[in-house]
Amino acid sequence: MKKPAGWMVWLLPVASGLCFAALWLGIKHLGGVSDWLLPTPWQILEAAAQERSRLLTAAGNTAVGALAGFSLAATSGLLLAMLIGASRVLRAAFYPWLLVLQMTPVIVLTPIIVLWAGPGFPGIVTITWLISFFPIVANTTQGLLSADHNHVGLFRMANASRWQELWHLRVPSAMPYYLAGLRIAATLAPIGAIFGEYMVGNASGGSGGLGFMVYVYNTQIKIPALFATALTSCLLGFIFVAAVSFLNWSVLHKWHDSFDRNDH
Amino acid sequence: MTAAQPIVEFRDVTKRYGDGPLVLTTLNLTVHRGDFISLIGPSGCGKSTLLKLIAGLNPPTTGELTVLGATPRAARDRQAFIFQDATLLPWLTVRKNAELLLRLRGEPEAGRRRKAAALLELVGLSHALDYYPRQLSGGMRMRVSIARALSVAPELLLLDEPFGALDEMSRFRLNEELLALRTRTPFSALFVTHSVAEAVFLSNRIVVMGAHPGRIAAEVSVDFGVVRTRELRAERGFQEKVNEVTRLLHGVEEHAV
Repeated sequence: MKKPAGWMVWLLPVASGLCFAALWLGIKHLGGVSDWLLPTPWQILEAAAQERSRLLTAAGNTAVGALAGFSLAATSGLLLAMLIGASRVLRAAFYPWLLVLQMTPVIVLTPIIVLWAGPGFPGIVTITWLISFFPIVANTTQGLLSADHNHVGLFRMANASRWQELWHLRVPSAMPYYLAGLRIAATLAPIGAIFGEYMVGNASGGSGGLGFMVYVYNTQIKIPALFATALTSCLLGFIFVAAVSFLNWSVLHKWHDSFDRNDH
Repeated sequence: MTAAQPIVEFRDVTKRYGDGPLVLTTLNLTVHRGDFISLIGPSGCGKSTLLKLIAGLNPPTTGELTVLGATPRAARDRQAFIFQDATLLPWLTVRKNAELLLRLRGEPEAGRRRKAAALLELVGLSHALDYYPRQLSGGMRMRVSIARALSVAPELLLLDEPFGALDEMSRFRLNEELLALRTRTPFSALFVTHSVAEAVFLSNRIVVMGAHPGRIAAEVSVDFGVVRTRELRAERGFQEKVNEVTRLLHGVEEHAV
Protein backbone atom coordinates (compact mmCIF):
# COMPACT_ATOMS: atom_id res chain seq x y z
CA MET A 1 0.00 0.00 0.00
CA LYS A 2 1.24 3.47 -0.86
CA LYS A 3 2.13 5.61 2.12
CA PRO A 4 0.46 9.02 2.41
CA ALA A 5 2.76 11.98 1.73
CA GLY A 6 4.40 13.75 4.70
CA TRP A 7 2.16 16.81 4.70
CA MET A 8 -0.96 14.62 4.64
CA VAL A 9 0.03 12.86 7.84
CA TRP A 10 -0.40 15.96 9.99
CA LEU A 11 -2.54 18.29 7.89
CA LEU A 12 -5.43 15.91 7.21
CA PRO A 13 -6.07 14.92 10.87
CA VAL A 14 -6.00 18.62 11.87
CA ALA A 15 -8.44 19.43 9.05
CA SER A 16 -10.84 16.63 9.97
CA GLY A 17 -10.61 17.66 13.63
CA LEU A 18 -11.56 21.22 12.73
CA CYS A 19 -14.47 19.93 10.63
CA PHE A 20 -15.63 17.87 13.58
CA ALA A 21 -15.44 20.90 15.94
CA ALA A 22 -17.39 22.98 13.42
CA LEU A 23 -20.05 20.28 13.21
CA TRP A 24 -20.20 20.17 17.02
CA LEU A 25 -20.66 23.92 17.36
CA GLY A 26 -23.10 23.96 14.44
CA ILE A 27 -25.35 21.37 16.02
CA LYS A 28 -25.13 23.12 19.37
CA HIS A 29 -25.99 26.64 18.14
CA LEU A 30 -28.40 25.83 15.32
CA GLY A 31 -30.18 23.20 17.39
CA GLY A 32 -30.08 25.36 20.53
CA VAL A 33 -28.67 22.51 22.65
CA SER A 34 -28.09 23.65 26.25
CA ASP A 35 -24.61 23.76 27.83
CA TRP A 36 -25.82 21.19 30.27
CA LEU A 37 -26.37 18.57 27.57
CA LEU A 38 -23.51 19.50 25.27
CA PRO A 39 -20.85 21.95 26.44
CA THR A 40 -18.60 23.73 23.95
CA PRO A 41 -15.00 22.56 23.52
CA TRP A 42 -13.91 25.74 25.33
CA GLN A 43 -16.06 24.94 28.35
CA ILE A 44 -14.48 21.49 28.48
CA LEU A 45 -10.97 22.91 28.35
CA GLU A 46 -11.99 25.42 31.02
CA ALA A 47 -13.29 22.62 33.23
CA ALA A 48 -10.09 20.66 32.64
CA ALA A 49 -8.06 23.67 33.75
CA GLN A 50 -10.21 24.21 36.83
CA GLU A 51 -10.15 20.59 37.89
CA ARG A 52 -6.58 19.93 36.81
CA SER A 53 -5.11 19.11 40.20
CA ARG A 54 -7.92 16.66 41.05
CA LEU A 55 -7.81 15.15 37.57
CA LEU A 56 -4.03 14.76 37.62
CA THR A 57 -4.11 13.09 41.04
CA ALA A 58 -6.90 10.84 39.82
CA ALA A 59 -4.97 10.01 36.64
CA GLY A 60 -1.95 9.16 38.78
CA ASN A 61 -4.04 6.80 40.93
CA THR A 62 -5.54 5.19 37.84
CA ALA A 63 -2.10 4.82 36.30
CA VAL A 64 -0.86 2.95 39.39
CA GLY A 65 -3.81 0.53 39.28
CA ALA A 66 -3.55 0.08 35.52
CA LEU A 67 0.22 -0.48 35.68
CA ALA A 68 -0.14 -3.01 38.49
CA GLY A 69 -2.83 -4.97 36.63
CA PHE A 70 -0.92 -4.69 33.36
CA SER A 71 2.35 -5.93 34.87
CA LEU A 72 0.56 -8.82 36.50
CA ALA A 73 -1.05 -9.71 33.17
CA ALA A 74 2.24 -9.33 31.27
CA THR A 75 4.09 -11.78 33.53
CA SER A 76 1.31 -14.27 34.22
CA GLY A 77 0.26 -14.21 30.56
CA LEU A 78 3.77 -15.02 29.38
CA LEU A 79 4.18 -17.82 31.93
CA LEU A 80 0.83 -19.40 31.14
CA ALA A 81 1.46 -19.17 27.40
CA MET A 82 4.84 -20.87 27.90
CA LEU A 83 3.17 -23.68 29.82
CA ILE A 84 0.48 -24.34 27.25
CA GLY A 85 2.85 -23.63 24.37
CA ALA A 86 5.37 -26.16 25.64
CA SER A 87 3.02 -29.05 26.26
CA ARG A 88 0.45 -30.43 23.88
CA VAL A 89 -1.37 -32.07 26.78
CA LEU A 90 -1.69 -28.86 28.80
CA ARG A 91 -2.73 -26.98 25.68
CA ALA A 92 -5.49 -29.42 24.84
CA ALA A 93 -6.62 -29.47 28.47
CA PHE A 94 -6.73 -25.76 29.22
CA TYR A 95 -6.89 -23.68 26.07
CA PRO A 96 -10.64 -24.21 25.48
CA TRP A 97 -11.37 -23.11 29.04
CA LEU A 98 -9.29 -20.01 28.56
CA LEU A 99 -11.43 -19.10 25.57
CA VAL A 100 -14.60 -19.74 27.59
CA LEU A 101 -13.28 -17.49 30.34
CA GLN A 102 -12.41 -14.85 27.77
CA MET A 103 -15.96 -14.89 26.44
CA THR A 104 -17.28 -14.07 29.91
CA PRO A 105 -17.78 -10.31 30.23
CA VAL A 106 -15.79 -9.03 33.19
CA ILE A 107 -18.66 -6.71 34.11
CA VAL A 108 -20.71 -9.76 35.09
CA LEU A 109 -17.93 -10.95 37.38
CA THR A 110 -17.46 -7.62 39.16
CA PRO A 111 -19.51 -8.43 42.30
CA ILE A 112 -17.71 -11.75 42.64
CA ILE A 113 -14.33 -10.08 42.21
CA VAL A 114 -15.18 -7.55 44.93
CA LEU A 115 -16.34 -10.39 47.12
CA TRP A 116 -13.08 -12.31 46.65
CA ALA A 117 -10.41 -9.67 46.13
CA GLY A 118 -12.03 -7.03 48.28
CA PRO A 119 -13.07 -3.51 47.29
CA GLY A 120 -10.65 -0.75 46.42
CA PHE A 121 -7.18 -1.33 45.03
CA PRO A 122 -7.15 -5.17 45.04
CA GLY A 123 -10.47 -5.30 43.18
CA ILE A 124 -9.33 -2.66 40.68
CA VAL A 125 -6.08 -4.52 39.96
CA THR A 126 -7.91 -7.83 39.59
CA ILE A 127 -10.35 -6.38 37.07
CA THR A 128 -7.51 -4.74 35.10
CA TRP A 129 -5.55 -7.98 35.14
CA LEU A 130 -8.52 -10.03 33.91
CA ILE A 131 -9.25 -7.64 31.07
CA SER A 132 -5.68 -7.37 29.77
CA PHE A 133 -4.63 -10.99 30.39
CA PHE A 134 -6.29 -12.83 27.49
CA PRO A 135 -4.89 -11.03 24.48
CA ILE A 136 -1.42 -11.60 25.92
CA VAL A 137 -1.97 -15.33 26.43
CA ALA A 138 -3.66 -15.84 23.08
CA ASN A 139 -1.05 -13.90 21.09
CA THR A 140 1.93 -15.41 22.87
CA THR A 141 0.64 -18.97 22.55
CA GLN A 142 0.18 -18.44 18.82
CA GLY A 143 3.70 -17.01 18.63
CA LEU A 144 5.23 -19.96 20.46
CA LEU A 145 3.53 -22.37 18.07
CA SER A 146 4.44 -20.50 14.90
CA ALA A 147 8.22 -20.92 15.08
CA ASP A 148 9.66 -21.47 11.59
CA HIS A 149 9.59 -25.21 10.83
CA ASN A 150 13.08 -25.03 9.29
CA HIS A 151 14.36 -23.66 12.58
CA VAL A 152 12.58 -26.45 14.43
CA GLY A 153 14.31 -28.93 12.09
CA LEU A 154 17.64 -27.30 12.86
CA PHE A 155 17.07 -27.71 16.60
CA ARG A 156 15.94 -31.33 16.21
CA MET A 157 19.02 -32.07 14.13
CA ALA A 158 21.17 -30.54 16.84
CA ASN A 159 19.60 -32.86 19.43
CA ALA A 160 18.29 -29.85 21.32
CA SER A 161 16.23 -30.63 24.40
CA ARG A 162 12.64 -29.43 24.60
CA TRP A 163 13.68 -26.84 27.12
CA GLN A 164 16.40 -25.55 24.76
CA GLU A 165 13.92 -25.46 21.90
CA LEU A 166 11.52 -23.45 24.04
CA TRP A 167 14.09 -21.05 25.42
CA HIS A 168 16.38 -20.52 22.44
CA LEU A 169 13.84 -20.81 19.64
CA ARG A 170 10.17 -20.57 20.57
CA VAL A 171 10.31 -17.77 23.13
CA PRO A 172 12.37 -15.42 20.91
CA SER A 173 10.16 -16.31 17.90
CA ALA A 174 7.13 -15.40 19.98
CA MET A 175 8.52 -12.01 21.07
CA PRO A 176 6.82 -10.01 18.28
CA TYR A 177 3.54 -11.75 19.11
CA TYR A 178 3.98 -11.18 22.82
CA LEU A 179 4.67 -7.49 22.25
CA ALA A 180 1.62 -7.22 19.99
CA GLY A 181 -0.38 -8.77 22.85
CA LEU A 182 1.11 -6.25 25.27
CA ARG A 183 0.09 -3.46 22.91
CA ILE A 184 -3.53 -4.59 22.95
CA ALA A 185 -3.31 -5.03 26.73
CA ALA A 186 -1.93 -1.49 27.06
CA THR A 187 -5.08 -0.09 25.50
CA LEU A 188 -7.23 -2.28 27.75
CA ALA A 189 -5.43 -1.81 31.08
CA PRO A 190 -6.41 1.87 31.70
CA ILE A 191 -9.96 1.07 30.58
CA GLY A 192 -10.01 -1.85 33.02
CA ALA A 193 -8.68 0.30 35.85
CA ILE A 194 -11.18 3.11 35.21
CA PHE A 195 -14.02 0.64 34.94
CA GLY A 196 -12.84 -1.02 38.15
CA GLU A 197 -12.68 2.31 39.97
CA TYR A 198 -16.14 3.16 38.76
CA MET A 199 -17.54 -0.21 39.89
CA VAL A 200 -15.72 -0.86 43.16
CA GLY A 201 -14.86 2.71 44.13
CA ASN A 202 -12.04 3.48 46.48
CA ALA A 203 -12.88 2.11 49.88
CA SER A 204 -9.29 2.78 50.95
CA GLY A 205 -10.35 6.34 51.79
CA GLY A 206 -7.70 8.24 49.82
CA SER A 207 -8.28 10.16 46.63
CA GLY A 208 -9.90 8.11 43.87
CA GLY A 209 -8.93 7.46 40.30
CA LEU A 210 -10.52 8.68 37.09
CA GLY A 211 -13.33 6.14 37.34
CA PHE A 212 -14.17 7.50 40.77
CA MET A 213 -14.14 11.06 39.39
CA VAL A 214 -16.68 9.97 36.77
CA TYR A 215 -18.91 8.90 39.64
CA VAL A 216 -18.30 12.14 41.57
CA TYR A 217 -18.81 14.53 38.62
CA ASN A 218 -21.87 12.58 37.56
CA THR A 219 -23.55 13.00 40.94
CA GLN A 220 -22.57 16.69 40.94
CA ILE A 221 -23.92 17.00 37.37
CA LYS A 222 -20.63 18.60 36.23
CA ILE A 223 -20.95 17.65 32.59
CA PRO A 224 -17.96 19.63 31.22
CA ALA A 225 -15.82 18.02 33.94
CA LEU A 226 -17.03 14.60 32.77
CA PHE A 227 -15.84 15.43 29.27
CA ALA A 228 -12.55 16.64 30.75
CA THR A 229 -12.22 13.30 32.57
CA ALA A 230 -12.72 11.51 29.26
CA LEU A 231 -9.99 13.66 27.74
CA THR A 232 -7.64 12.82 30.63
CA SER A 233 -8.41 9.09 30.31
CA CYS A 234 -7.65 9.32 26.63
CA LEU A 235 -4.26 10.91 27.37
CA LEU A 236 -3.49 8.24 29.95
CA GLY A 237 -4.30 5.51 27.44
CA PHE A 238 -2.10 7.21 24.89
CA ILE A 239 0.84 7.26 27.33
CA PHE A 240 0.38 3.53 28.01
CA VAL A 241 0.32 2.63 24.33
CA ALA A 242 3.28 4.91 23.60
CA ALA A 243 5.30 3.24 26.38
CA VAL A 244 4.61 -0.25 25.01
CA SER A 245 5.34 0.92 21.46
CA PHE A 246 8.69 2.13 22.70
CA LEU A 247 9.33 -1.22 24.40
CA ASN A 248 8.35 -2.95 21.15
CA TRP A 249 10.76 -0.79 19.20
CA SER A 250 13.67 -1.26 21.60
CA VAL A 251 13.31 -5.06 21.62
CA LEU A 252 12.69 -5.60 17.91
CA HIS A 253 14.18 -2.80 15.84
CA LYS A 254 17.59 -4.41 15.47
CA TRP A 255 16.45 -7.66 13.97
CA HIS A 256 12.79 -7.70 13.08
CA ASP A 257 11.65 -7.08 9.50
CA SER A 258 8.86 -4.77 10.63
CA PHE A 259 11.56 -2.19 11.32
CA ASP A 260 13.35 -2.59 8.02
CA ARG A 261 14.82 0.71 6.89
CA ASN A 262 13.49 0.23 3.37
CA ASP A 263 9.96 0.57 4.70
CA HIS A 264 10.52 4.04 6.08
CA MET B 1 41.82 -43.68 8.05
CA THR B 2 41.30 -46.05 5.17
CA ALA B 3 39.88 -44.74 1.95
CA ALA B 4 37.21 -47.39 1.77
CA GLN B 5 35.76 -47.01 5.26
CA PRO B 6 31.95 -46.84 4.84
CA ILE B 7 30.24 -44.11 6.86
CA VAL B 8 26.71 -44.37 5.45
CA GLU B 9 25.13 -47.59 4.25
CA PHE B 10 21.65 -47.92 2.75
CA ARG B 11 20.57 -51.54 2.41
CA ASP B 12 17.29 -52.06 0.50
CA VAL B 13 15.82 -48.95 2.05
CA THR B 14 12.32 -47.81 1.05
CA LYS B 15 10.39 -44.84 2.31
CA ARG B 16 6.79 -43.75 2.20
CA TYR B 17 5.05 -41.11 4.29
CA GLY B 18 1.96 -42.56 5.96
CA ASP B 19 -0.29 -44.15 3.35
CA GLY B 20 1.21 -42.07 0.56
CA PRO B 21 3.03 -43.40 -2.52
CA LEU B 22 6.57 -44.76 -2.35
CA VAL B 23 9.03 -41.88 -2.16
CA LEU B 24 12.14 -44.04 -2.32
CA THR B 25 12.40 -47.64 -3.48
CA THR B 26 15.00 -50.33 -2.79
CA LEU B 27 17.82 -47.94 -2.28
CA ASN B 28 21.35 -49.27 -1.98
CA LEU B 29 24.13 -46.77 -1.50
CA THR B 30 27.40 -46.75 0.39
CA VAL B 31 29.14 -43.50 1.27
CA HIS B 32 32.85 -43.81 2.07
CA ARG B 33 34.84 -41.54 4.31
CA GLY B 34 36.15 -38.66 2.23
CA ASP B 35 33.41 -38.88 -0.37
CA PHE B 36 31.73 -35.80 -1.71
CA ILE B 37 28.58 -37.16 -3.31
CA SER B 38 26.11 -35.02 -5.24
CA LEU B 39 22.53 -36.18 -5.58
CA ILE B 40 20.87 -34.88 -8.71
CA GLY B 41 17.53 -35.63 -10.33
CA PRO B 42 14.09 -34.29 -11.23
CA SER B 43 11.78 -33.01 -8.50
CA GLY B 44 10.04 -35.82 -6.68
CA CYS B 45 13.02 -38.15 -6.91
CA GLY B 46 13.34 -38.20 -3.12
CA LYS B 47 16.81 -36.66 -2.84
CA SER B 48 15.82 -34.43 0.08
CA THR B 49 14.07 -37.37 1.71
CA LEU B 50 17.29 -39.34 1.44
CA LEU B 51 19.14 -36.64 3.40
CA LYS B 52 16.40 -36.52 6.03
CA LEU B 53 16.72 -40.26 6.53
CA ILE B 54 20.44 -39.91 7.19
CA ALA B 55 19.81 -36.99 9.52
CA GLY B 56 17.39 -39.12 11.52
CA LEU B 57 14.55 -36.68 10.98
CA ASN B 58 12.50 -39.56 9.54
CA PRO B 59 12.93 -43.32 9.87
CA PRO B 60 13.08 -45.57 6.77
CA THR B 61 9.90 -47.58 6.12
CA THR B 62 11.78 -50.79 5.37
CA GLY B 63 15.43 -51.74 4.98
CA GLU B 64 18.49 -50.91 6.97
CA LEU B 65 20.36 -47.65 7.30
CA THR B 66 23.63 -47.28 9.18
CA VAL B 67 25.24 -43.89 9.74
CA LEU B 68 28.75 -43.66 11.20
CA GLY B 69 28.37 -47.17 12.56
CA ALA B 70 25.17 -46.37 14.45
CA THR B 71 21.52 -45.52 13.93
CA PRO B 72 20.88 -42.16 12.23
CA ARG B 73 19.59 -40.59 15.44
CA ALA B 74 22.53 -41.81 17.48
CA ALA B 75 24.90 -40.37 14.87
CA ARG B 76 23.38 -36.87 14.97
CA ASP B 77 26.18 -35.48 17.09
CA ARG B 78 28.69 -36.30 14.38
CA GLN B 79 26.86 -34.80 11.42
CA ALA B 80 25.53 -31.39 10.46
CA PHE B 81 22.80 -30.24 8.10
CA ILE B 82 22.81 -27.21 5.84
CA PHE B 83 19.35 -26.26 4.64
CA GLN B 84 18.16 -24.66 1.42
CA ASP B 85 17.39 -21.60 3.48
CA ALA B 86 20.22 -20.35 5.69
CA THR B 87 17.92 -20.84 8.74
CA LEU B 88 19.73 -18.21 10.79
CA LEU B 89 17.89 -17.03 13.88
CA PRO B 90 16.97 -13.43 13.03
CA TRP B 91 17.32 -12.19 16.62
CA LEU B 92 20.94 -13.32 16.95
CA THR B 93 24.01 -11.59 15.54
CA VAL B 94 26.27 -13.34 13.05
CA ARG B 95 28.61 -14.34 15.87
CA LYS B 96 25.84 -15.76 18.06
CA ASN B 97 24.31 -17.59 15.12
CA ALA B 98 27.61 -19.24 14.34
CA GLU B 99 27.91 -20.26 18.00
CA LEU B 100 24.39 -21.69 18.24
CA LEU B 101 25.10 -25.40 17.73
CA LEU B 102 28.04 -25.30 20.16
CA ARG B 103 25.87 -23.50 22.66
CA LEU B 104 23.16 -26.15 22.38
CA ARG B 105 25.84 -28.73 23.08
CA GLY B 106 26.78 -26.93 26.26
CA GLU B 107 30.21 -25.81 25.10
CA PRO B 108 31.62 -23.11 27.44
CA GLU B 109 31.53 -19.57 26.15
CA ALA B 110 35.26 -19.11 25.61
CA GLY B 111 35.51 -22.25 23.48
CA ARG B 112 32.52 -21.53 21.31
CA ARG B 113 33.60 -17.94 20.77
CA ARG B 114 37.01 -19.02 19.59
CA LYS B 115 35.72 -21.78 17.29
CA ALA B 116 32.96 -19.66 15.76
CA ALA B 117 35.30 -16.70 15.23
CA ALA B 118 37.85 -18.90 13.48
CA LEU B 119 35.25 -20.32 11.10
CA LEU B 120 33.69 -16.94 10.42
CA GLU B 121 37.13 -15.75 9.48
CA LEU B 122 37.53 -18.69 7.09
CA VAL B 123 34.28 -17.78 5.33
CA GLY B 124 35.32 -14.13 5.17
CA LEU B 125 32.90 -12.64 7.66
CA SER B 126 35.23 -11.31 10.35
CA HIS B 127 34.03 -7.79 9.60
CA ALA B 128 30.35 -8.71 10.09
CA LEU B 129 30.36 -10.38 13.53
CA ASP B 130 27.83 -8.00 15.06
CA TYR B 131 25.48 -7.77 12.09
CA TYR B 132 21.99 -9.25 12.20
CA PRO B 133 20.92 -11.66 9.43
CA ARG B 134 18.59 -9.16 7.78
CA GLN B 135 21.56 -6.90 7.14
CA LEU B 136 23.32 -9.62 5.12
CA SER B 137 23.08 -10.71 1.50
CA GLY B 138 21.91 -14.22 0.64
CA GLY B 139 25.49 -15.36 0.04
CA MET B 140 26.69 -13.98 3.37
CA ARG B 141 23.82 -15.67 5.20
CA MET B 142 24.76 -18.98 3.64
CA ARG B 143 28.37 -18.47 4.72
CA VAL B 144 27.21 -18.03 8.31
CA SER B 145 25.14 -21.18 7.93
CA ILE B 146 28.22 -23.07 6.70
CA ALA B 147 30.33 -21.73 9.56
CA ARG B 148 27.64 -22.79 12.04
CA ALA B 149 27.51 -26.31 10.60
CA LEU B 150 31.29 -26.74 10.59
CA SER B 151 31.64 -25.38 14.14
CA VAL B 152 30.79 -28.80 15.54
CA ALA B 153 33.48 -30.44 13.38
CA PRO B 154 31.05 -32.86 11.70
CA GLU B 155 32.35 -36.01 10.06
CA LEU B 156 29.42 -35.91 7.66
CA LEU B 157 27.86 -32.81 6.19
CA LEU B 158 24.40 -32.99 4.61
CA LEU B 159 23.57 -30.13 2.25
CA ASP B 160 20.09 -29.70 0.80
CA GLU B 161 20.40 -27.37 -2.21
CA PRO B 162 22.22 -24.76 -0.16
CA PHE B 163 23.13 -22.48 -3.05
CA GLY B 164 19.93 -22.84 -5.08
CA ALA B 165 18.69 -19.34 -4.32
CA LEU B 166 21.97 -17.57 -5.12
CA ASP B 167 23.07 -15.90 -8.33
CA GLU B 168 25.59 -17.83 -10.41
CA MET B 169 28.67 -15.80 -9.43
CA SER B 170 27.96 -16.19 -5.70
CA ARG B 171 27.29 -19.86 -6.26
CA PHE B 172 30.63 -20.34 -8.02
CA ARG B 173 32.48 -18.58 -5.22
CA LEU B 174 30.75 -20.55 -2.50
CA ASN B 175 31.49 -23.81 -4.35
CA GLU B 176 35.19 -22.90 -4.35
CA GLU B 177 35.09 -21.86 -0.70
CA LEU B 178 33.33 -25.05 0.32
CA LEU B 179 36.07 -27.14 -1.28
CA ALA B 180 38.74 -24.97 0.32
CA LEU B 181 37.11 -25.51 3.72
CA ARG B 182 37.39 -29.27 3.26
CA THR B 183 41.15 -29.03 3.20
CA ARG B 184 41.06 -27.33 6.63
CA THR B 185 38.34 -29.33 8.32
CA PRO B 186 37.93 -32.63 6.47
CA PHE B 187 34.34 -33.79 6.17
CA SER B 188 32.46 -36.16 3.92
CA ALA B 189 29.45 -34.66 2.21
CA LEU B 190 26.12 -35.49 0.61
CA PHE B 191 25.01 -32.61 -1.52
CA VAL B 192 21.60 -32.20 -3.13
CA THR B 193 21.59 -29.89 -6.15
CA HIS B 194 19.77 -29.09 -9.38
CA SER B 195 22.90 -27.78 -11.05
CA VAL B 196 24.93 -30.27 -13.05
CA ALA B 197 27.96 -27.95 -13.23
CA GLU B 198 27.91 -27.52 -9.46
CA ALA B 199 27.72 -31.28 -8.95
CA VAL B 200 30.64 -31.91 -11.31
CA PHE B 201 32.75 -29.18 -9.76
CA LEU B 202 32.29 -30.36 -6.18
CA SER B 203 31.97 -34.13 -6.20
CA ASN B 204 33.98 -37.25 -6.65
CA ARG B 205 30.72 -39.19 -7.14
CA ILE B 206 27.46 -38.05 -8.70
CA VAL B 207 24.33 -40.06 -8.06
CA VAL B 208 21.65 -39.50 -10.70
CA MET B 209 18.19 -40.23 -9.37
CA GLY B 210 14.88 -40.96 -11.08
CA ALA B 211 11.39 -40.10 -9.85
CA HIS B 212 8.06 -41.80 -9.08
CA PRO B 213 9.18 -43.67 -7.15
CA GLY B 214 12.54 -42.16 -6.24
CA ARG B 215 15.45 -44.44 -7.06
CA ILE B 216 19.10 -44.38 -8.08
CA ALA B 217 19.29 -44.41 -11.88
CA ALA B 218 23.03 -44.11 -12.42
CA GLU B 219 26.27 -43.19 -10.77
CA VAL B 220 29.10 -41.20 -12.31
CA SER B 221 32.55 -40.88 -10.80
CA VAL B 222 34.44 -37.63 -11.22
CA ASP B 223 38.22 -37.88 -11.06
CA PHE B 224 39.51 -34.33 -10.96
CA GLY B 225 41.36 -34.87 -7.69
CA VAL B 226 40.76 -33.25 -4.35
CA VAL B 227 42.25 -29.81 -5.00
CA ARG B 228 40.15 -27.98 -7.58
CA THR B 229 40.33 -24.37 -8.70
CA ARG B 230 37.95 -22.22 -10.71
CA GLU B 231 40.00 -22.84 -13.86
CA LEU B 232 38.61 -26.36 -13.85
CA ARG B 233 35.27 -25.06 -15.11
CA ALA B 234 36.86 -23.94 -18.38
CA GLU B 235 38.58 -27.27 -19.07
CA ARG B 236 37.35 -29.62 -21.73
CA GLY B 237 37.24 -32.62 -19.40
CA PHE B 238 34.91 -30.68 -17.13
CA GLN B 239 32.53 -29.87 -19.97
CA GLU B 240 32.53 -33.52 -21.08
CA LYS B 241 31.59 -34.63 -17.59
CA VAL B 242 28.79 -32.07 -17.48
CA ASN B 243 27.50 -33.39 -20.81
CA GLU B 244 27.66 -36.99 -19.61
CA VAL B 245 25.61 -36.22 -16.49
CA THR B 246 23.17 -34.07 -18.47
CA ARG B 247 22.54 -36.92 -20.90
CA LEU B 248 21.85 -39.27 -17.99
CA LEU B 249 19.43 -36.74 -16.51
CA HIS B 250 17.60 -36.43 -19.82
CA GLY B 251 17.28 -40.20 -19.93
CA VAL B 252 15.74 -40.22 -16.46
CA GLU B 253 13.29 -37.46 -17.31
CA GLU B 254 12.15 -39.13 -20.55
CA HIS B 255 11.33 -42.26 -18.60
CA ALA B 256 9.37 -40.22 -16.13
CA VAL B 257 7.11 -38.77 -18.86
